[in-house]
Amino acid sequence: MTGPALVVEGLYKTFTLHTQGGVELPVLHGVDLTVFPGDCVALMDPSGSGKSTLLRAIYANYRPQRGRIVVAHDGRLVDMAGAGPRELLAVRSRTIGYVSQFLRVIPRVPTLDVVIEPLRAFGVPRETAVERGRALLERLRIPERLWSLSPVTFSGGEQQRVNLARGFIADFPILLLDEPSASLDAAGRAIVIELIRSARERRAAMVGAFHDREVREAVATRAVTLHGEAEAA
Amino acid sequence: MAADVPLLRARGVSKLYGTRVGCRDVGLDLWPGEVLGIVGESGSGKTTLLGCLSGRLVPTAGSVEFTLRGGTVVDVLQMPEPALRKLARTDWGVVHQNPRDGLRAGVTAGANVGERLMALGARHYGRIRAEALDWLDRVEIDRGRIDDWPETFSSGMQQRLQIARTLVTRPRLVFMDEPTGGLDVSVQARLLDLVRGLTADLGLSAIIVTHDLAVTRLLAHRLLVMRGGEVVESGLTDQVLDDPQHPYTQLLVSSVLQP
Amino acid sequence: MSAYNFAFLDEQTKRMIRRALLKAVAIPGHQVPFGSREMPLSYGWGTGGVQVTASVIGPDDVFKVIDQGADDTTNAVSIRQFFERTTRVRTTTRTDAATLIQTRHRIPETPLRKGQIVVFQVPIPEPLRWLEPREIETRKMHALEEYGVMHVRLYEDITRHGHVETAYDYPVLVNGRYLMRPSPIPKFDNPKLDRNPALLLFGAGREKRIYAVPPYTPVRSLDFEDHPFTVERWDHTCALCGASDAFMDEIVVDDKGGRMFVCSDTDYCERRRGR
Repeated sequence: MTGPALVVEGLYKTFTLHTQGGVELPVLHGVDLTVFPGDCVALMDPSGSGKSTLLRAIYANYRPQRGRIVVAHDGRLVDMAGAGPRELLAVRSRTIGYVSQFLRVIPRVPTLDVVIEPLRAFGVPRETAVERGRALLERLRIPERLWSLSPVTFSGGEQQRVNLARGFIADFPILLLDEPSASLDAAGRAIVIELIRSARERRAAMVGAFHDREVREAVATRAVTLHGEAEAA
Repeated sequence: MAADVPLLRARGVSKLYGTRVGCRDVGLDLWPGEVLGIVGESGSGKTTLLGCLSGRLVPTAGSVEFTLRGGTVVDVLQMPEPALRKLARTDWGVVHQNPRDGLRAGVTAGANVGERLMALGARHYGRIRAEALDWLDRVEIDRGRIDDWPETFSSGMQQRLQIARTLVTRPRLVFMDEPTGGLDVSVQARLLDLVRGLTADLGLSAIIVTHDLAVTRLLAHRLLVMRGGEVVESGLTDQVLDDPQHPYTQLLVSSVLQP
Repeated sequence: MSAYNFAFLDEQTKRMIRRALLKAVAIPGHQVPFGSREMPLSYGWGTGGVQVTASVIGPDDVFKVIDQGADDTTNAVSIRQFFERTTRVRTTTRTDAATLIQTRHRIPETPLRKGQIVVFQVPIPEPLRWLEPREIETRKMHALEEYGVMHVRLYEDITRHGHVETAYDYPVLVNGRYLMRPSPIPKFDNPKLDRNPALLLFGAGREKRIYAVPPYTPVRSLDFEDHPFTVERWDHTCALCGASDAFMDEIVVDDKGGRMFVCSDTDYCERRRGR
């Protein structure tokens, strides 16, 4: 595939807080971004400037006021800013993966099931999915005795590693990474770098916020700011 | 069935009680395998809407269409009563807020679960019982309780029994009205998880009416927010809860401790 | 007292009941409401049966009444005398000689013939009443053939007792369509309902319902595939006539617990003994 995997055009996002007298918080004003397969774009803005907002908007978690977010899905182009709920769910299950900073834990679901769940949408048979899940959990150094437990009691670092496993287990063409190395130690960060590099090798298109410089420098092919010029990595 | 045909399609559904508005001009599409949450506070019209969709109430206006297993689309509001009753026993399920409304009293748990099978012509005692036991396992009720009366069950167990009774005919669409209402918090969590697992495993579509946003976060793919009988906002669950647009939705979301 | 009409009821009432009977015969097993009259016996003592009999009995009929199979119990005697006084019709204890038989709780052992009419006394006509107290709902269930729930009752029996415990008034499906209560006859008698050459009429006076099973109508007792319908069996034969294929009454004969088994159908027993 030669074209871009993701094109953000003229994106505006303003939050209107009706519960606080209607105060408006403009966060994104005219963001443009193009990401190709194999790219790993690092967002360089300081904390609170809207990096998460952009990632969430791409994932259609936030609804922009203006602009387009075009992705290639199932051989056609979909605008996340205007697509219907059914289409958005389809894009999320097979085209865009999202690794957030924290794991939303559902009590009673074992870690292994949490991790392999994204593969269901790709039609991967359960035995294969289980094998891949175990391999990935091992790679992320989650002890086997925890695999059948719900992550609800895990430490922050363990939860983040489960989160990563879930985020990277399926071959999403587009990956959104919001501080993937948060709560991790040096060894954990090294694994994050590995995972991102593998994803790059299979030509995933990635956009991320990487607070950690070591990780950023190891994985980013480009560095940009939301509203500024692109800088060479 | 083609994946691009909605399972349930409602258009312009209104229910008026004289001048009082139960719900007004509600439209929605529900797709196979999808869980739709309808949230609102008391008096929002969500229960009225559910009644109109499930054939229990006759709307003042609007249409409700359901796609049968063979692909035929039927107008629920025009269906002859025998057909509607049959649908309600087979392809649809209803989980009431109060489990006693959905269970048969004076009859054992096993008979409660097996009744729908018998209503459809099941005539082998051993097999009916085996299926009832299987369902008790699925809803995590001790098999040994199969011959007990539901009146002897705790409310959480009664609710789970109601779910088993409803799902035994593998309905494709389940209507739930506050399924966790009145249950202790720990019991709620267990029940929600059960529902979540079952809807995923069985590929159920469900419409869940609730005032509890945490329930929707866990179970629903999409949400409708209702107020004063009207839908004020709709979208993916995470959209509505994380980026609420309408002032009322923002109020609802901000009022909850942990949506 | 000559002021009574033939068979006590006035002719208009008889017509009304006959109309109901015609409807009942036209729809085997379906309960037809009728304007039950005040009769000179209490509810629960056969007012429905008496009204049906009174509507179909004619001067040429030969009338037999049994109660639990016997012609000589108090109730059978009372009803027989009632019709003797109001119709002067010939009465008999012989099943094969009767044209019209009113019965409570038994079907005679002697096989019935084409042309005979049996009138059953019915306390509760609605088979679904145990499950559904609302008349509106039970009517719908009959109209829509929603009978699966009757098997819930049988299921419960098997669960509680290991077998279907219902021993009398055992529910049947008539002509493959209507669920019916055959009145409190023992289940032993249920097979006699199936394709019987006689006309079977059922009257419930207090509940004001009439139903019928026309001659040669298929009647099937409900059951499960793995718990098929079975009838009662005794280890004893009749102490008086030696019959092994009749419904037995158990009689205590002394104060030491001695007992004997005799046919409940007195006419059948006498006939076998050559009387």
